[in-house]
Amino acid sequence: MIEAKELTKSFGQTKAVKNVSFNVKKGDILGFLGPNGAGKSTTMRMLTGYLAPDSGDAFIDSKSVTENPIQVKSQIGYLSETSPLYSEMTVTEFLNFCCEIRGFSGKKKMAMTQKAIENCFLIQAKDQQINTLSKGYRQRVSFAQSILHDPKYLILDEPTDGLDPNQKQEVREMIKSMSKEKAIILSTHILEEAAAICSRAIIISNGEIIADNTPKGLLEKDPDFGSYDIETDFIKDINNFKTALNKIQMIDKIEIKNNSEKNGNSRVKIFFNKTSSFSTSEIILEIEKIISNSSLKIKSISRDNGDLTKVFRILTNN
Amino acid sequence: MSRSLNSVKAILKRELLSYFYSPTAYVVLVVFLILQGFFTFYVGGFYESGQAELSLFFTWHPWIFLFLAPSVTMRLFSDEKRTGTIELLMTFPVTPAEISAAKFLAAWIFISIGIFLTFPVVITAYYLGSPDTGAIISGYIGSFLMAGSLISIGCFASSITKSQVIAFLTASSFSLFLILAGHSPVIQAASGIFPKIIVNFISEMSILTHFKSLTKGIIDLRDIIYFLSIIIFMLFLNTSAINSNSK
Repeated sequence: MIEAKELTKSFGQTKAVKNVSFNVKKGDILGFLGPNGAGKSTTMRMLTGYLAPDSGDAFIDSKSVTENPIQVKSQIGYLSETSPLYSEMTVTEFLNFCCEIRGFSGKKKMAMTQKAIENCFLIQAKDQQINTLSKGYRQRVSFAQSILHDPKYLILDEPTDGLDPNQKQEVREMIKSMSKEKAIILSTHILEEAAAICSRAIIISNGEIIADNTPKGLLEKDPDFGSYDIETDFIKDINNFKTALNKIQMIDKIEIKNNSEKNGNSRVKIFFNKTSSFSTSEIILEIEKIISNSSLKIKSISRDNGDLTKVFRILTNN
Repeated sequence: MSRSLNSVKAILKRELLSYFYSPTAYVVLVVFLILQGFFTFYVGGFYESGQAELSLFFTWHPWIFLFLAPSVTMRLFSDEKRTGTIELLMTFPVTPAEISAAKFLAAWIFISIGIFLTFPVVITAYYLGSPDTGAIISGYIGSFLMAGSLISIGCFASSITKSQVIAFLTASSFSLFLILAGHSPVIQAASGIFPKIIVNFISEMSILTHFKSLTKGIIDLRDIIYFLSIIIFMLFLNTSAINSNSK
């Protein structure tokens, strides 16, 4: 288990991280979200032992990072945001070096390097000098370096940054497939990514944790979460329509977004009582009834499942 | 212990290879050999001296290493800081002391290769006459130790800055000060500022004095301890500087 206990770090006058605590268990993928400069990288650097916290500590398998740095570091795979690499080496030379410094040699080293090269789609580039590689490839080499020794704990700072959409997908799949055996922390500014692969998400802003929830739990904080968007033809008598809807108990609020006679189109947003225990199908049936009673036709109907970007903005702007 | 050894070995190997990945290694070695040949044979007048001995050859080593050692060490840490690879290195299971020792040894081995490549001078001396073998051996021991202490200074200078130029200048000026410590320019300047006891201490710190006795064939334990203590002290400072990166 990775445990952060009240980690605090200042740079000069700026408090970069304030009392950050959380823990990550095997099988978990924890997403670290937050605006640039929120303290994500600083927190991760303290977990890896690169930065010493001003106060608080991090524990890996109950061992303190500050007191047992060597033991802790050998259990961690770390991908830094800037993917620093020894650029004069070839990919294979570099990965071999990473094995050697971790104490592996001979056949074991060759097998580890080979496996990492295959897993990270580096076969084509394996004999290329790192300074000739594109950003995407460099990112993959960094990733290969972090999983090389099959660590129990992975700390990945922006693992998909700089990759094209296909590569992003591949890396996500890879992280997901490794999560059963490992505890993983990853930071990202792509919110959909967090929603897609993380089992839990923490939002950091100004060095403090402002939300710690499942991605679904975060989505539910969207004020529009669970409402229905309905597209109908032009509503002639809006007031009548509204009164008809307002009579129904399970409806909380109605918003007419757009009602244009010219386009023959109208968009209505309906918020249902969140405490009511109606199922989606019952709700849809009810909506259809009301609309056909007003002799309107439904063109489309969809449920708003929340938008992480909106939640992120609401949480981080406060 | 074996873990420490493995990490030192891995870093040392990488550093040594990286000298040869770039033209640096070849340029440094060629410049060193040309300079030592030029000083020994032309400036020093090796042939004209009429003596088959190498003290003339060793005399120039501190002055050549004054520039060569910092040019070998200047990128060791500053480059890692500039490119950010220090973060990678520090998140591997290695201690700052291991990093410091490995990098120092890599640079020392590299300079030692240069010193070994001066063997034609020795052959020439034996061809021309019968030089004092003991003095040659102790001269080489002195040269290795002196190079080692200048390298340890260079390592420390490199670990306190991101800029290779600053690392070079800091190392070579401090080395120049140590080389000249026992001589009138430094002593005069120092006696105007410090009390006598410190001036005496500074004059005892002269690289040139300690090196000279070794080139004359006198292996004095005090000289060897002098060079080794510079190395140990500088590596200690170096380790602290690496440690303070994470503060």
